[in-house]
Amino acid sequence: MEASMEQKFQEKIDNDIRIEPKDWMPEKYRKTLIRQISQHAHSEIVGMLPEGNWITRAPNLRRKVALLAKVQDEAGHGLYLYSACETLGIERTELIDQLHTGKAKYSSIFNYPTLTWADMGTIGWLVDGAAIMNQVPLCRCSYGPYARAMVRVCKEESFHQRQGYELLLTLSKGTPEQKEMLQESVNRWWWPALMMFGPNDADSPHTAQSMAWKIKRFTNDELRQRFVDMCVEQAEILGVSLPDPDLKWNEERGHYDFGEINWDEFWNVVRGNGPCNKDRINTRVKAHENGQWVRDAASAYAKKQSEKKSVSVA
Amino acid sequence: MKDWPLYEIFIRSKAGLHHRHVGSLHAADDEMAIENARDVYCRRMEGVSIWAIKSSQIIANDPDEGEELFEPAENKIYRHPTFYDLPDVLKHM
Ligand SMILES: [Fe+2]
Ligand SMILES: [Fe+2]
Repeated sequence: MEASMEQKFQEKIDNDIRIEPKDWMPEKYRKTLIRQISQHAHSEIVGMLPEGNWITRAPNLRRKVALLAKVQDEAGHGLYLYSACETLGIERTELIDQLHTGKAKYSSIFNYPTLTWADMGTIGWLVDGAAIMNQVPLCRCSYGPYARAMVRVCKEESFHQRQGYELLLTLSKGTPEQKEMLQESVNRWWWPALMMFGPNDADSPHTAQSMAWKIKRFTNDELRQRFVDMCVEQAEILGVSLPDPDLKWNEERGHYDFGEINWDEFWNVVRGNGPCNKDRINTRVKAHENGQWVRDAASAYAKKQSEKKSVSVA
Repeated sequence: MKDWPLYEIFIRSKAGLHHRHVGSLHAADDEMAIENARDVYCRRMEGVSIWAIKSSQIIANDPDEGEELFEPAENKIYRHPTFYDLPDVLKHM
């Protein structure tokens, strides 16, 4: 029975028929999706913190409204994804608990600090850029609610990347100090951005299954290569160098070669020892706890209103 | 938030179009569901009208019985205009 169900399920996937919440699915497919979608949602939520750090210090109103709108979008992305995840039969409170207790992970990139204003541009360009590279193929993911949420997310991401790049472009035409700030920021974010695509394919044991289930459409290394190829030209326009002596065009492959990623650093941050891991989670937990009275007030108000209604009906 | 119900949100993107399901959200009450839907799903004028309904109120067919449910329509090709053979000279029909 189970085996034939699984076979039917795989046939649907192979024929590009989307899986919807109430359809039968293998338990492992459900678990994999819950893990991936919730990690993704947590990343959007925690991802607000590094940029939130600079909102009050934006140099002018135009930059401030753009940054505010971007951070607000990331909150929205988190909500789209949490609700997509809930269709798999897990409660929101449980998901948030997993984040707060460290049981669930989020993208390691957000465990790096935002030290200068230029970081607001570099994050838009490289971090949102890498996110877009990862997210566009997810619009065709086999799980319907996830794919539909990603369509919405991707529509909004383009503004994130463009506002960041525009910010950097302005710095690139500025004073020597501004140019220096730009270069220093790119130097710091380049390698962590490449790590956003995850371990090399050889060290990514779940990739094959995720590809067979069409949760993933391309491997980590394929997406990372595309990202590098795209960034080289964009860096040239900004007049910045990318901090990799091994970065050079490979005529034969038709791609840029690039240096080895520091995987020790990657795993170290994943394990919780990055520069901001503790700070990020503490901030999230505190925000959640400080918001308790708002949730309580809303519940009390809703209860009062419904009591009033039932009295007037009676 | 534990006892806040889940709402399904439908948005009409412009006058003349159907409301379309866009996703879901939690809210303490109906009013908050509409306000949250505005903030979550309409940040860029994506809609001119919002419907919200508690997810628990939606009645859905059992997907495992989907085949039987839709089977009656499957073999009624005579309900489609292309079922009827007409000469090519006939225009506008
Ligand atoms: Fe996002
Ligand atoms: Fe973004």
